[in-house]
Amino acid sequence: MTKFEYAPAPESRAIVDIQSSYGLFVNGEFVDPVDGSMFKSVNPATEEVLAEIAAAGADDVDKAVQAARRAYERTWSRLSGRDRGKYLFRIARIIQERARELAVLESIDNGKPIRESRDVDIPLVAAHFFYYAGWADKLSWAGAGPDPKPYGVAAQVIPWNFPLLMLAWKIAPALAAGNTVVLKPAETTPLTALLFAEICQQADLPPGVVNILTGAGDTGRALVEHPGVDKVAFTGSTEVGKQIARSVAGTAKKATLELGGKAANIVFDDAPIDQAVEGIVNGIFFNQGHVCCAGSRLLVQESVYDDVLDRLKRRLGTLRVGDPLDKNTDIGAINSAEQLARIRELSEVGEAEGAERWSPECELPERGFWFPPTVFTGVSQAHRIAREEIFGPVLSVLTFRTPAEAVEKANNTPFGLSAGVWTDKGSRILWMAQQLRAGVVWANTFNRFDPTSPFGGYKESGYGREGGRHGLLAYLKGEH
Amino acid sequence: MAERLAVKKTYKLYVGGKFPRSESGRSYEVTDAKGRFLANAAWASRKDARDAVVAARKAVPGWSGATAYNRGQVLYRVAEVMEGRHAQFTDEVAAGEGVARAKASALVDEAIDRWVWYAGWADKIAQVVGSSNPVAGPYFDFSVPEPTGVVALLAPQRSSLLGLVSVLAPALVGGNTTVLLASAERPLPAITLSEVLATSDVPGGVVNVLTGTLSDTAPILAAHMDVNAVDLAGAAGDAELATSLELAAADNLKRVVRAPAAEPDWLAEPGLERVTAYLETKTVWHPVGV
Repeated sequence: MTKFEYAPAPESRAIVDIQSSYGLFVNGEFVDPVDGSMFKSVNPATEEVLAEIAAAGADDVDKAVQAARRAYERTWSRLSGRDRGKYLFRIARIIQERARELAVLESIDNGKPIRESRDVDIPLVAAHFFYYAGWADKLSWAGAGPDPKPYGVAAQVIPWNFPLLMLAWKIAPALAAGNTVVLKPAETTPLTALLFAEICQQADLPPGVVNILTGAGDTGRALVEHPGVDKVAFTGSTEVGKQIARSVAGTAKKATLELGGKAANIVFDDAPIDQAVEGIVNGIFFNQGHVCCAGSRLLVQESVYDDVLDRLKRRLGTLRVGDPLDKNTDIGAINSAEQLARIRELSEVGEAEGAERWSPECELPERGFWFPPTVFTGVSQAHRIAREEIFGPVLSVLTFRTPAEAVEKANNTPFGLSAGVWTDKGSRILWMAQQLRAGVVWANTFNRFDPTSPFGGYKESGYGREGGRHGLLAYLKGEH
Repeated sequence: MAERLAVKKTYKLYVGGKFPRSESGRSYEVTDAKGRFLANAAWASRKDARDAVVAARKAVPGWSGATAYNRGQVLYRVAEVMEGRHAQFTDEVAAGEGVARAKASALVDEAIDRWVWYAGWADKIAQVVGSSNPVAGPYFDFSVPEPTGVVALLAPQRSSLLGLVSVLAPALVGGNTTVLLASAERPLPAITLSEVLATSDVPGGVVNVLTGTLSDTAPILAAHMDVNAVDLAGAAGDAELATSLELAAADNLKRVVRAPAAEPDWLAEPGLERVTAYLETKTVWHPVGV
């Protein structure tokens, strides 16, 4: 099958107005860092410098935590649930009003295709605020006892793969429950969080309820370790998650962690193969594979292996890699040079360990950070590409004969975030769903997200849930 | 006629449904609250702790796969069998905790009733904490609680029976298997309870009971990579130890029930915190269509 020819259909970037430099958002205002420095955020598709960003230092963290504490004590905790909810509804509405602007900015800063930021990320962001807005005046029904309380000041550190969506997953339930927050976006994707700060201003959110501190790992560490913080929420690597678990040891801080994964996507011989192939593609190539729950290990039943691989390769030949702002683009840019180096390194290890590497023919742009969709076959469970999170568009294919073997292989990982099952047999779906040690099981689908649906990991994929009533409990003290 | 000479019991460990001595051959002296000799209890070694984790892991498929109805019945059965040993428990609690017999008897009553309370939760907890999720799309989406796996429990140091049951039963009811380190100075009710468990319907390996010191065994359990969660109740009041255990637990991101500053009043009505602490939430999606 050949690729259809399309004329370029770039989304206009005129709608966004990126400033040359940004300060920190503390106590309702943009301020220059007190003891921080400046760094640059680049467009990963072009390597163009987008803006100078402030890196918050320890004093900046302290100021932000104090602002959040004041806002918690003087304003937010005294407000009725109904009014907290109304602020969140306002924010949800403004996100919808400015959806196009947010989507374009997200694609520019992150490198993800505009089709995904426009159709997945930003609508889910608005939906999350709507969902948790409605909880704010119903906390006694959340299952945390008759009179649940917020923790106080929440320190939230989020990754670069879904910048604004992760912000929504963190801020919406925290504010609904009555906490105030200090949030640190990832150093490579700060721009939509800073635009969100402006949205908070437009919504007249009381100063200090939301504080945004940009910076890298040092800023995040200072924030998490600040003694004025009551609650820590982190999404990112398992390695940093463990550091955070250690740093809150012996304190009263409550932590929820959403960490790495190495999900198995399991295809049985009775599965609708064309649908399964779409699910495999969505599972690992959605968002360039920069997804903690990505279906990075494909487990195919031996009897359909050849058929699945043929159709998968044919389908991958039709994927369009390139300009994230082009509406026809399927796979955008790798988020950073650092991440690209990691993907390259692990792919080279895959070859060196004996797996067979395949990519469709595809031209990659000259500037920017790019990696073609890649499939490894002949992968064994001992290979590093079958064990470590690559966080890129790289699929490792393994085979199995029996359902029990599929379960054994799927669970043979310290991670436990997600899994996929493809079969036409209802009883087998439910049995597999029971056996898989993973927090989310997608059966005959993959990579679905919804604000009502609890998401989070087993084992070293972390603890706590985001989404739904369960996600609210992460921000409420009480019985649960 | 001369008074009959009593036959004294050897207090041993309980691992994998059997009653071994410590592999180390060590024991330590257990005294009553006034310092009078009661027994020599087995002094569990690091190896005993690791063996107990292996036994607990082996028991996971059976216990977590049992129906909730069955688990409820098994826990209720523990209460039944305990009732038959009421006097023995009362003696041991009175001696170890230094309380009057009437008070000890009331504590035993409460411990038995606590099993009954938790037994009833077995087939209800999923309905209380699970959900059907109304996602915005053609999908059926539901969330169910599942046991986290192997739970290491540091039983409270002061409340040797009621406190112990209050940390053990909630871990079991959700389908977890356990390694329990008994109160160091007051281990006898825990060992007697293991005899109750062995003669009720709790499968071997679902509860493993170690006696010995916190300093020997707790760090092994907290650091063990095949333990999924840990309850630090037994380290109450020892912030330094609790922090070090929490640090060790971070190596494989164990779910941690933290040590309180002081041991709580176990007579207070329990909540669900200790049940949900060892439950994972699994969310399952499936498309809806014709």
